[in-house]
Amino acid sequence: MDFEDSPAEAEFRNLARRWMDANAPKQFETALRQAGFGELNLGGIDVLDASKSWQRRKAAAGWACPHWPREYGGSGLTPIQQVIWQQEEGVYGRLATPFIVGHGMCGPTLMSHASEDDRRRYLPPLAAGEEIWCQLFSEPGAGSDLAGISTRASAVADGWVISGQKVWTSFAQISDFGLLLARTDPSVPKHRGLTMFYIDMHAPGVEVRPIKQANGQSGFNEVFFTDVRIKDQQRLGAVGAGWHVALTTLMNERLAIGSGMTTGFEAIFNWCCSLERSGARVFDDRAVRSRLATWAARSSGLRYTASRAITALSRGTTPGPENSIGKLVAGSTMQEIAEFALGLAGPLGVVSDPVGAVDGGRFQAMLLRAPATRLEGGTDEILRNIISERVLGLPPDIRVDKDIPFNRIPTRSA
Amino acid sequence: MNLDFSPEQQRMRDAARRFLAERCTPAAVRKVFEGEESYDKGLWRELAELGYLGIAIPEEFGGSGGGYLELCVIAEELGRVLAPVPVASSTYLAAEFLKVGGSPAQQAAYLPKLASGALIGTFAMAEAAGEPVAGTLRARVDGGRLTGTKTAVADGDTADFAIVAAGGAGAPAASLYIVDLHGAGVARRPLATIDPSRSFAELTFRAAPAEPLGVGGDGERVLARVLDGAAVLMAFEQLGGADFALEAACAYAKERWAFGRPIGSNQAIKHMLADMYVSATLARSNCYYGAWALSTGAEALGEAAASARISATQAFQHCARNNIQVHGGSGFTWAVDCHLYYRRSNLLALALGGLAPWEDRLVDTLRRRSAATEH
Repeated sequence: MDFEDSPAEAEFRNLARRWMDANAPKQFETALRQAGFGELNLGGIDVLDASKSWQRRKAAAGWACPHWPREYGGSGLTPIQQVIWQQEEGVYGRLATPFIVGHGMCGPTLMSHASEDDRRRYLPPLAAGEEIWCQLFSEPGAGSDLAGISTRASAVADGWVISGQKVWTSFAQISDFGLLLARTDPSVPKHRGLTMFYIDMHAPGVEVRPIKQANGQSGFNEVFFTDVRIKDQQRLGAVGAGWHVALTTLMNERLAIGSGMTTGFEAIFNWCCSLERSGARVFDDRAVRSRLATWAARSSGLRYTASRAITALSRGTTPGPENSIGKLVAGSTMQEIAEFALGLAGPLGVVSDPVGAVDGGRFQAMLLRAPATRLEGGTDEILRNIISERVLGLPPDIRVDKDIPFNRIPTRSA
Repeated sequence: MNLDFSPEQQRMRDAARRFLAERCTPAAVRKVFEGEESYDKGLWRELAELGYLGIAIPEEFGGSGGGYLELCVIAEELGRVLAPVPVASSTYLAAEFLKVGGSPAQQAAYLPKLASGALIGTFAMAEAAGEPVAGTLRARVDGGRLTGTKTAVADGDTADFAIVAAGGAGAPAASLYIVDLHGAGVARRPLATIDPSRSFAELTFRAAPAEPLGVGGDGERVLARVLDGAAVLMAFEQLGGADFALEAACAYAKERWAFGRPIGSNQAIKHMLADMYVSATLARSNCYYGAWALSTGAEALGEAAASARISATQAFQHCARNNIQVHGGSGFTWAVDCHLYYRRSNLLALALGGLAPWEDRLVDTLRRRSAATEH
């Protein structure tokens, strides 16, 4: 066991580090390092401009999605080189937030299911951040039960007409394209009547409305489709094979969201170290120490679970569904930590005003954001289903609608 | 980056697992559990012959030339089958005290016999309820003679000698002594415990001859280092137990039917099992980090040992507790093995001090490190 690079890895790390030293936008370092769950504040500079500019610079030097093949905008790095690159990009990786859906989910789906022409057309600008992609999956009536979506794609002479509504779509407001899961045949059981498409977000009939979230921010959107016409060329995979295509995207989504998630442990630990209450150091309180230690062991457990996954990668094994634990553990831990921190602050815990809130309002923002972490990209419950079925081999849930044509599945309104 | 055991170590794991599956069956564990003997003497002999007891003891002292990583592998396998033998007392503690703090003469006298299983050693510190703290111990050594009472001493009824923590006139807070338990002035009283598959005793010393471990004077350093190492090794035992309890619960959830279907198709059961898997996975990752720190003598050993100890304790308790829950009524019968894991998980949770001292060790170490990086 060791934490050392192999000579080849060390050489690659040096290359990445030298490039970062010469090119990283160091003026944003402090802001990126301190970014919690509030909006990223780059001191008056437009965040999307800064993100696009950093992505463009990386692309020009081959560091945008460097693990993708060269012909699709990458540099053909091995998985372990990709990990090293991410470590060296470090805090600046946060600038790529507007691109994570595209890079982490849409890109891999296009790579597996798009035509060669489309891959060469769409992947390089996606990698370079020139075109932004979103994922149009969830609907008001279908979240965890994703196969129950009802947005329709109806066949017409030269393609398809899309009607319906999506929701919970991150970055739709800035996206140029979207990956769209739609129902092409309501007369067959739900999993079999789905087809995957990609869609131009600027096409007539596409309307994006930001959703005001429970925490007051608007990272998610709802997207309406009113008779949007698309070509058959925009279909990914066979008609009726949309569920299979969606699974590619979802597995990538869980990997992308689950890796390197913060639990908030570092924030609560540092804060407790500096805090006094009634003349005593909070850090010396036995109950506080016990909670801190449990979260510390959980965080290090996640960190070394990632190290073990990297070990597997470097031995040529693909990480499997066991990586679902990252988001599952981090989401609820973050929520516990936020509640605990507010409790330590006493009555002042309710104050989220940047002027006057404890620790700059970090824990209040964390508290209000945490519920979303436990829902997005697979709820805690869906992740537990995945672990129990695909890792532990337990029987699937009883699915009473499995063999019923979609249009005859009972719903509350029916 | 390589946070996994080598292929050779994994082959060793497979061999140990095969051996123990055959040799350390639930029936063998129950012989000790039901009181037929205080430990499995035949298994103890065979573990010695396989070289497992001396795996982390240098070859010059009769060891088999492996290292801590190999001992971690064996510890996990012993934990899986609840091996009813004094390995923790003798191998993780007594032998390590001699390696870390013993004089060359003491090492030469004891280590070969510990490696061969001819001698069983143990460690005695606790005297009363609550976590034992160096500096508050009542047992004293004066003029080379130990007087006092040590309680909840693992394998105290069968061990040949003990490393005893005691105070003394003008002695530092924690001084360590080697005491022959067959010698004069030693009385033993076996104690019933929550897990009879391991034996415990109260030891009373009345002017028993006691030899300082090593040159003496650095008891605190030796104590901390040995307990850190033992915490990593015991965490591997706990990990093995947690994994076994999880597997047993999954197997039962698949084969037991109720309401016309396997109980494992209910989310209430599946999600309980998923959470057990999460605990066991976090524990495994922390254990591997602990194994790395122990085997490389890394400065991070204190932090790594405490993290492994905390998460493996939590995982084993969590998995053993819910294994009974998944088994339902049958899980609370004497005949079904669930309670053996439940008992062991709670015994091991306290065996090196409960969670509190390890929580303190972890947060204090992290704080020192964060203060060091700030300056």
